[in-house]
Amino acid sequence: MLADKDRIFTNIYGFDSPWLDGARARGDWDGTNKLIELGRDKIIDEMKESGLRGRGGAGFPTGVKWSFMPKEIGTRPHYLVINADEGEPGTCKDREIMRSEPHKLIEGALVASFAMGAHAAYCYVRGEFHHEIDCLQRAVDEAYEAGLIGDDACGTGWKFDFYVHSGAGAYICGEETSLIESLEGKKGQPRLKPPFPAGVGVWGCPTTVNNVESIAVAPTILRRGADWFSGIGRPNNVGTKLFNISGHVNQPCTVEEEMGIPLKELIERHAGGVRGGWDNLLCVIPGGASVPVLPKSICDDVLMDFDSLREQRSGLGTAAVMVMDKSTDVIKAIARLSAFYKHESCGQCTPCREGTGWMARVMQRMVSGDAHIDEIDTLEEVTRQVEGHTICALGDAAAWPIQGLIRHFRPEMEKRILDNIARRSAAE
Amino acid sequence: MPKITIDGTEHEVDAGMTILQACEQAGKEVPRFCYHDRLSIAGNCRMCLVQMERSPKPVASCAMPVADGMVVYTDTPEVKKMRQGVMEFLLINHPLDCPICDQGGECDLQDQAMAYGMDHGRYKENKRAVEDKHMGPLIKTIMTRCIHCTRCVRFSTEVAGVTDMGLIGRGENAEIVTYLDQAVSSELSGNVIDLCPVGALTSKPYAFAARPWELKKTESVDVSDAQGCAIRVDSRGPEVMRVLPRLNEDVNEEWISDKTRYCVDGLKRQRLDQPYVRVKGKLQPATWPEAFAAVAKAIKGKQGSEIAAIAGDLADCESMLVLKELMVGLGSTNMDCRQDGSKVDPAQRASYIFNSTIAGIEDADALLIVGANPRWEAPVLNARIRKRYLMGKFPIAAIGPAIDLSYPVDWLGEDADILAQIAAGTHPFAEILKTAERPMIIVGSGAVARPDGAAVLGLARQAADAAGAVTADWNGFNVLQRAASRVGGLDLGFVPGEGGMDTGRILDGAATGAVKVIYLLGADEIDTKDLDKPFVIYQGHHGDAGAHVADVILPGAAYTEKDATYVNLEGRVQRGQLAVYPPGDAREDWKIIRALSDTLNATLPYTTLADVRRGLVKANPVFQGIDDIQAAPWGEFGTTGEVSGAFTYPIANFYMTDPISRASATMAECTDEILGGGEGKTGTDG
Amino acid sequence: MNIEQPSSFAFSAENLEKAKWHIAKYPDGRQQSAVMPLLDLAQRQNGGWIPQAAIEVIADMLDMASIRVYEVATFYTMYNLKPVGKHFVQVCTNLPCWLRGSDQIMAACKKVTGCSNGETSADGDFTVLEVECLGACVNAPMMQIGDDYYEDLDSATTEEVLTALKAGQKPKVGSQSGRYTCEPAGGITTLTDRYPDRAAKAGGDD
Repeated sequence: MLADKDRIFTNIYGFDSPWLDGARARGDWDGTNKLIELGRDKIIDEMKESGLRGRGGAGFPTGVKWSFMPKEIGTRPHYLVINADEGEPGTCKDREIMRSEPHKLIEGALVASFAMGAHAAYCYVRGEFHHEIDCLQRAVDEAYEAGLIGDDACGTGWKFDFYVHSGAGAYICGEETSLIESLEGKKGQPRLKPPFPAGVGVWGCPTTVNNVESIAVAPTILRRGADWFSGIGRPNNVGTKLFNISGHVNQPCTVEEEMGIPLKELIERHAGGVRGGWDNLLCVIPGGASVPVLPKSICDDVLMDFDSLREQRSGLGTAAVMVMDKSTDVIKAIARLSAFYKHESCGQCTPCREGTGWMARVMQRMVSGDAHIDEIDTLEEVTRQVEGHTICALGDAAAWPIQGLIRHFRPEMEKRILDNIARRSAAE
Repeated sequence: MPKITIDGTEHEVDAGMTILQACEQAGKEVPRFCYHDRLSIAGNCRMCLVQMERSPKPVASCAMPVADGMVVYTDTPEVKKMRQGVMEFLLINHPLDCPICDQGGECDLQDQAMAYGMDHGRYKENKRAVEDKHMGPLIKTIMTRCIHCTRCVRFSTEVAGVTDMGLIGRGENAEIVTYLDQAVSSELSGNVIDLCPVGALTSKPYAFAARPWELKKTESVDVSDAQGCAIRVDSRGPEVMRVLPRLNEDVNEEWISDKTRYCVDGLKRQRLDQPYVRVKGKLQPATWPEAFAAVAKAIKGKQGSEIAAIAGDLADCESMLVLKELMVGLGSTNMDCRQDGSKVDPAQRASYIFNSTIAGIEDADALLIVGANPRWEAPVLNARIRKRYLMGKFPIAAIGPAIDLSYPVDWLGEDADILAQIAAGTHPFAEILKTAERPMIIVGSGAVARPDGAAVLGLARQAADAAGAVTADWNGFNVLQRAASRVGGLDLGFVPGEGGMDTGRILDGAATGAVKVIYLLGADEIDTKDLDKPFVIYQGHHGDAGAHVADVILPGAAYTEKDATYVNLEGRVQRGQLAVYPPGDAREDWKIIRALSDTLNATLPYTTLADVRRGLVKANPVFQGIDDIQAAPWGEFGTTGEVSGAFTYPIANFYMTDPISRASATMAECTDEILGGGEGKTGTDG
Repeated sequence: MNIEQPSSFAFSAENLEKAKWHIAKYPDGRQQSAVMPLLDLAQRQNGGWIPQAAIEVIADMLDMASIRVYEVATFYTMYNLKPVGKHFVQVCTNLPCWLRGSDQIMAACKKVTGCSNGETSADGDFTVLEVECLGACVNAPMMQIGDDYYEDLDSATTEEVLTALKAGQKPKVGSQSGRYTCEPAGGITTLTDRYPDRAAKAGGDD
């Protein structure tokens, strides 16, 4: 278990003041100018060495991403865009950062922006987080007031502006190019890549989009050193991570833990265990709605990190752990996610626009059993027809939960159908 | 140049190409719905997916730029499976209404389904139904068929430059709409019908009219303006069913205006299908010999100087040549093909053509528009200006009443005097033209038809000279003609001969009695108020203004009913072809005049169309090069003199500019709905 | 849109200032970026929905085509293009909330307001809508009313919140079960050195 001294988010529950006095007392904004004085290359190197992998779900190394930005600032300004469009079902970690640790995010934004030659950062917060937007804006105002950001950020001479931009209800805007489109005042439809945002991002300028958590941990990593961060967890899966544990646990919660913590330990130590005991566990979706479900047999000893979960054909995603006990109709649970993806498909490309509707409708029938057995195979094929064929990853995200369901719970699906047939023939 | 391996064969392709373009160049067909080479890349249909080595996922070939060393597969079983998958998705919510769909037989979805469709449907849910949208009198919508390729949105936004269309909502509920269900306020709106790969947007006037395979397809050229857009006339029996664009990169790319496309229902109304002779003040049906006898009687004893002829805007070159020679035979030099009184100089070809060429617009780097509304006078050419604007670094200024041309324009003012300032170099825009390498000046046909038109023409020439717009390889001086007949008429010399009268003087002479016989070859846009005095012969195809004042009507052929030559505004000699026969007793125009010449004992030496065309070449060698343009030598033209007064635009209603469009019910609907209300009104009321 | 549309719309002086503040966040010439905040302002000013006239006003202000603003307004779920009740109740029914009883929350809503999913009460007080994940999953089930999150609900607390609103009162926002934020209900399992009193059983004073 992670020691308290190694936790980054010491006010994640908001017991202390989220405001500047509280933040300073926790060590935020302490010698930020010295971090900046490390220089762009050193900051990026340090981030690379820390092994931090993006906390938004895909797990791409953050330092490497930063290094994609053009070295020199040309005629086009550089931008940092922070993805706070937190909407992956099960995920509620960035919310806590914004309302309880907003200064970590702002300080991280300054350091990251400096490292990438950006004079402005835009934080795209989902519109429903009205309260969190207010908190973040208040912290931004404080930071300006204190000269921590602005024309001469922290006395370094670096001009840095931080803007809060509010979304308006579209899960797809969590996809980085869609978020950029939305930030430009358009529908949030993902862009084709290439070009990648580091070349052509918001308003046609070099842009890096990072998750809130990735940015918020950066100052601490730089202060305590890459070695400290990379010493936590397992190789290639290092550092600390905010986990959200929801569903059928006794005490749903958000907690910062080390990467690679066993799933069972995470649930039992922090979330009060599975409702009715570990043996009452049916399955867990370990990383937000888009990763495949894992049955109890895997949950027993799987480790919570990118590579371990990938080996189990699931994923760490946003580390949003959704626990389902044996009372759960798992088919209905996955059908609910299918309905979600249908609702959130932007409608731009064919496989997702048509496929999410198709999958959701078949899943609906799978819940009632109003289907033929061979439709399970058809459904699986449809997921394959969507997966990998779309502009963005939403298509994949819609396909994987169903694939996970069929992989691990096919007998339940078949039983549901057979029961339905039996019920109907009995009625006749 | 990057090398790319496609299906095992290496190809060298231009950098900047997409994989799809490279595949096409390599002769590999890649299916697509959303991709269109004149629109921005959407990449949304996913039909063009190909496999690429070192890429974990298939790539949309339409959107992926080639890079050296790429290895691409377009014909593997995996690729076929992907395309089948996409096709299946497109079809699950597409209605099975092909038998009643107007797109049937020319539908991309239908065609691709032959290659990639499955023999059965696996989608057991209800299909989506989408409410149809109102898009005006031209575009019929059956939105349940829409596959969301967004070609129509991209066309209207990018090419037409209007912001009426959009995709609202999201996911499977996304819908193509026009804002508040308004008609699309573009003169090019009908092109979305051709672009729509399915039957979601079809032609409203043509709805349920015919199947493509029962139509005879005739390649021809348009006459609704002077651009000479390449068209295909689809006919069934004696009826023109529709007009579609043909590809001509130099002229219209693949666009046509709504007037070109939709005026053809006017070919069936108010037609002159037999000769008429005025008897006791009333036009009475007559036979050809009776009509010719009436003409002979009227001409008998008249001096050549008492006879005159005016050619209208739709006249073809063959008939103008033959009429010109008839007039010469009758001893008259009173003739003009400039109904509008244009002061262009027939002796200087450069003074009346679009010297830069239409395609040349893309090479220009500054533009001054003088008294012209290209959006109405030549909509497809206007789209080319917009295309050039979108390429960037193209300052555009204009003199005339400010209107929406679909691209930003620096409106310098309305008065002709501003042109004088530019010619004199005292206006700031003169400097912009001067610093440009290939400056362009477009002078409106209306601007040179004013009483001071010759001076306007002279100033425009001076401005071009001052800007250095005429060099060895560039001529930036352009007149934007708007009549299909004009350049041809000027080229073949249908203008006053020695001592002859021009249009204005002919009409004056008609009023004073000096002109006693007047021959109107489809001339309907002249002031006919004084034509009650002379004997009027009207040859044409519609009962329009000219026919109303006629003493004899000789029924001619519309442009779809004859093999005829037209010279477009660039000076490009083009041939129209007969698609259907003229109705009733109407005849091809040159033949009428040739036959009349017999009756008048002034027999012309032509018996075949080939004879007449040899005559055209004799009259002017430019007629030798079909589909060709020859650069016109630069010279002195126009006059010096005072100019003043605001420019006005000659077209009051885009949809009704000639006898055919004035007879068209569709064009009348457009006039009502698109120009009628305050909203969506574009251009000018004249 | 078959609803009665006001013939005009104008931002209040206060909202016009706010609009300018939003527009100023973006680089010169990129004022279109402000379309979403401006639509939000219009919706707040107009009692919870965006009339056609506001779309056109915003299009003018930002030099956008109306159709582009309309596209945005129809794409994002937070914009209402038709009137909603005074209290706009959005109940998350996505997986984490469903696992913890969002069906009962919907039933409680129906009981107090009379509204099923998507309906507005006859008195115009409530609109109830099932929505997708609102990002408060460890405080499930939850609902958003107006701008405020009500978390850790059950049937009883849902009824209490709605009844209070109906009575014109202002119920306490946030957790309805006594949690502070997202900590484990039984007391914190981490950071106990820093907050020793929170480690005790049943934390949750505010």
